[in-house]
Amino acid sequence: MTATPDAAERVPEIGRARRRKEDARLLTGRTRWTDNLDPAGVLHVAFVRSPLAHGAIRSVDVSGALARPGVVAAFSGADLAAEQGSLPCAWPVTADIVLPDHPPMAVEEVRYVGEAVACVVARDRYAAADALEAVEVDYEPLPAVVDMAAALAEGAPLVHADKGTNRSFVWPFESGDIAAAVDGAEVVLRRRYRQQRLIPAAMEPRAVVCAPEGEGFTLWSSTQVPHILRVMLAMVTGIPEHLIRVVAPDVGGGFGSKLQVTAEEVLALLLARRLDRPVKWTESRTEGFQTTHHGRDQVQDVTIAADRDGRLRGLKVDLLADMGAYLMLITPGIPILGAFMFPGIYKMDAYAFSCTGVFTTKVPTDAYRGAGRPEATFAIERIMDELAAELGMDPLELRRRNWIRHEEFPYTGVGGLTYDSGDYERATARAVELFGYEELRAEQARRREAGDPVQLGIGISTYTEMCGLAPSRVLGELSYAAGGWEHASVRMLPTGKVEVVTGSTPHGQGHATAWSQIVADRLGVPFEDVRVLSGDTQVGPRGMDTYGSRSLVVGGTAVVRACERVVDKARRLAAHLLEADVGDVEFTDGAFAVRGTPEPSVGIQAVALAAFAAHDLPEGVEPSLDSDAAFDPDNFSFPHGTHLCAVEVDTETGRVSVRSYVAVDDVGKVVNPLIVEGQVHGGLAQGIAQALYEEAVHDAEGNLLTSTMADYLLPSSADLPDFVTDRTETPATGNPLGAKGVGEAGTIASTPAVVNAVVDALRPYGVADVEMPCKPERVWRALWDAAARNGGAR
Amino acid sequence: MIPAPFDYVRPDSLAGAVAALAEAGEDAKVLAGGQSLLPLLRMRLAYPEVLVDLGGIAELRGVRDDGDFLWIGAATTHYEVLHSSLVREHCALLARATATVADPAVRHRGTIGGSLAHADPAGDLPAVALVLDARMAVSGPDGVRELAAADFFVDYLTTAMDDGEVLTGLRVPKVWAGWGFHYEKFARTAQSWAVVGVAAAVRERDGAVAEARIGLTNMGAVPVRARAAESAAAGAGLAAGPLRAAAEQADAEAAPPSDLHAQADYRRHLARVLTGRALAAAASG
Ligand SMILES: Cc1cc2nc3c(=O)[nH]c(=O)nc-3n(C[C@H](O)[C@H](O)[C@H](O)COP(=O)(O)OP(=O)(O)OC[C@H]3O[C@@H](n4cnc5c(N)ncnc54)[C@H](O)[C@@H]3O)c2cc1C
Repeated sequence: MTATPDAAERVPEIGRARRRKEDARLLTGRTRWTDNLDPAGVLHVAFVRSPLAHGAIRSVDVSGALARPGVVAAFSGADLAAEQGSLPCAWPVTADIVLPDHPPMAVEEVRYVGEAVACVVARDRYAAADALEAVEVDYEPLPAVVDMAAALAEGAPLVHADKGTNRSFVWPFESGDIAAAVDGAEVVLRRRYRQQRLIPAAMEPRAVVCAPEGEGFTLWSSTQVPHILRVMLAMVTGIPEHLIRVVAPDVGGGFGSKLQVTAEEVLALLLARRLDRPVKWTESRTEGFQTTHHGRDQVQDVTIAADRDGRLRGLKVDLLADMGAYLMLITPGIPILGAFMFPGIYKMDAYAFSCTGVFTTKVPTDAYRGAGRPEATFAIERIMDELAAELGMDPLELRRRNWIRHEEFPYTGVGGLTYDSGDYERATARAVELFGYEELRAEQARRREAGDPVQLGIGISTYTEMCGLAPSRVLGELSYAAGGWEHASVRMLPTGKVEVVTGSTPHGQGHATAWSQIVADRLGVPFEDVRVLSGDTQVGPRGMDTYGSRSLVVGGTAVVRACERVVDKARRLAAHLLEADVGDVEFTDGAFAVRGTPEPSVGIQAVALAAFAAHDLPEGVEPSLDSDAAFDPDNFSFPHGTHLCAVEVDTETGRVSVRSYVAVDDVGKVVNPLIVEGQVHGGLAQGIAQALYEEAVHDAEGNLLTSTMADYLLPSSADLPDFVTDRTETPATGNPLGAKGVGEAGTIASTPAVVNAVVDALRPYGVADVEMPCKPERVWRALWDAAARNGGAR
Repeated sequence: MIPAPFDYVRPDSLAGAVAALAEAGEDAKVLAGGQSLLPLLRMRLAYPEVLVDLGGIAELRGVRDDGDFLWIGAATTHYEVLHSSLVREHCALLARATATVADPAVRHRGTIGGSLAHADPAGDLPAVALVLDARMAVSGPDGVRELAAADFFVDYLTTAMDDGEVLTGLRVPKVWAGWGFHYEKFARTAQSWAVVGVAAAVRERDGAVAEARIGLTNMGAVPVRARAAESAAAGAGLAAGPLRAAAEQADAEAAPPSDLHAQADYRRHLARVLTGRALAAAASG
């Protein structure tokens, strides 16, 4: 027999490791992805894409395609020139930024391999694909510009000839006297790090369906940002916003790659209008690799200045950031999101930063998990290890001497951000303990001593990051076109069940579960009684969507606020029903009662029914128990943690294997530990992937050589160790949940931990750096080069 | 997958397959597990007009004891090869190498015949066929013939089979009692293709190597027998030192490619290191 718990024993939902509500449905296929949608009469679109990285379009002839069986229409960029507009950039980071036009289908020039130049619309996908070869495009080849340094060289071929430069912008930031800090320092190190280009590879490819419906259009897309997309579609095409409905059905991952307004989305809308028929497009994996925006791609020149005792004096960072051929939704803003994070968790006197955005003839870059902050964290955490080596100091000790101590919070750092809370000492102590740091150092010494061909390396990353994007005021100061608030509606239905509409649209994060937990606690209703609705601008017209580890911190807070308003309203009605003063009515575990006298009480469900019936409402209380709230944070949130990585490096082959990995993260208060764990695991996998496996490679003509999964290596669980994870909990102060955001932390932290470990293993051989990804051949060559430098063959 | 249009036939006998191929002429392709062919169709790098699917032909599938030989039907899947007790008993090297091919999903569909007929120099099984002295049985409109593995692989993705011929299976001589085997595969992730692979077989006598066989994967357009290293290994002691010394010649006959995954000089280095390891492992197991 199980005892029925009485109300007083109600287990709080927040903090429970609930399995995700959405998983049974997703895992058993009882869901619909965009590609599963087939409105009656749908037509299929396929794109003719540029085989050249750069070329002038002399002519496009689609007539051959029109003659093919099943083909309904075909258009060149020129055919749609009058209506297709220019794809938007919402983040022009400087007043004088060079911001080229970006037609969804190229009209005069192509500027990356894969850029769309024409489209074929047919009755089925096969007919559309077959007809592509019948479209004739005549190009005049122009020189490709693949490398950033080459793009900036005197006399370099121009990506946009009319702009007269390949430099899009220069964005500077300075705090403190950097010249004095560097001149006065006892040790100055200069390093160049390369952030290779990465290809986001969400499990679900991009797909879009658009159908004319009534006087308007419904557009389904595998997008992270249905709300932003709706605004932008209206602005780009001139179709009035209120006639456009955007739906993001279940979306199978994005990692930033679906935080975009794509050519295919705009064109789907225009084609549906032109043809007055539903149209559909789904990318192939190779098409996705070639045309979905890429991530990272920076060259970082980093100077760090310190005293011999390890005290940091200053940091100077000069970035080249590869924009690719065009500026897409937030392309130029990505490196700027990193600008404030280079100082990391450390105190120093001065910091100077500049970023030059560079055009090349490659697919544009844009947000990719972490967006600017992984790049920054990598640079500071890598160079801290180099500095420790230079000073002959344990890298953990160097960090301890410089980090912000827990009693110093809130702390405004040299990067200008105010870190609200944190405890680096505690997270590090826990990580050191779980990792067995001293034992591993001892083993490392033994292997070095014995000349073991398999060397052990230990890497450290004590990171923080800024997330919970974002205070609208700050976004405005940084020239971003929109705000960073989030919206929620909480509706109690007449039968006492709850619908929550969130503007933060999930694409795999588990909002339905976490939001239900929050609402269950706040309204005192069962978890199962809450349903979360999202991703449809008709159901929830207001929202800023999901990216930048913002959903819980910003969107979750909006839900909390909306719940508070519901409770406030219900309290007034309950007081009326209890014939008591509002000020005397308490709300506990879903029931209202007069303070000090628990009976009689009235449940919030009964209040909801009374509000629905509206037979007897007190003065000033409107019918229906529901409320809206929007939350705009005052500050970012700052998760932090300490990650320790041990790698084994086979010095004979260059192979690196991750032997153990400990991640102790502080993401503030946790709503659902299982979801947090999942985010950390996935984040680690992606960060380790950058360190060891992934790299978009182009040849000198600008062709992407890694356009399949056989060549672009995504690791699987078989390539990764069992992660050891733990958490410390220092509540955030900027939101009532005390949460900090966890979506990107694992990716941000792990890349430098792994590369630091690789270099640590090889330092006795004279190796001071290995470019990412640290693939076996590169490690082997680094050893070889070091041996040659040291005057002997290995 | 959005391939170009093609016709599809699924005969239920070998004779039917040969006839279908003869009828369709040079624009026909055999379809086995599809794990190499379908990617080519998907990327429209192959445009066959007819696919002749071997999946319905029972006689091409399975492993059988055949007197002095082991018979392995061409359409036997990697999974079946891996779990065949006959294979484990008579040519364990094949089982070991097959275990490293791709991932379980691919191994359930891909076939041994497809792997050999495709003749991808990065494929793991051609070098194994070479080391094991396998004979390739081929059927065509002009009848049946048998080719030694050494004569079967002609060039990059090219075998000695003529258009219209079907690989029906391979015969592996049952001469491997007393040999130790190892397949050393060097790949960048668990599921990726070999950068370099080494198939080694070692027969031991009196604490020394009596005879060694070495086959190299992805060290040229075709699988390579490392004969210089084999001779150097013969007579060597079983310790790591002498075996490594022999392995220094592992790349002598190779002409490795330079590609995205490795430059030729690194491949040569890997072949030497991995051959040393493969010989040591084969000698001890
Ligand atoms: C993700 C992935 C990873 C892989 N990794 C590896 C790996 O690590 N190592 C490895 O060795 N392989 C790997 N493969 C390839 C796999 O082993 C395939 O099974 C094999 O290459 C082809 O076998 P198949 O039966 O699928 O042949 P198919 O793809 O059906 O055919 C391949 C070619 O051989 C021809 N062919 C097939 N059977 C016959 C026959 N009986 N007679 C004449 N011609 C024939 C076909 O016409 C076609 O040209 C991988 C494949 C994939 C998809």
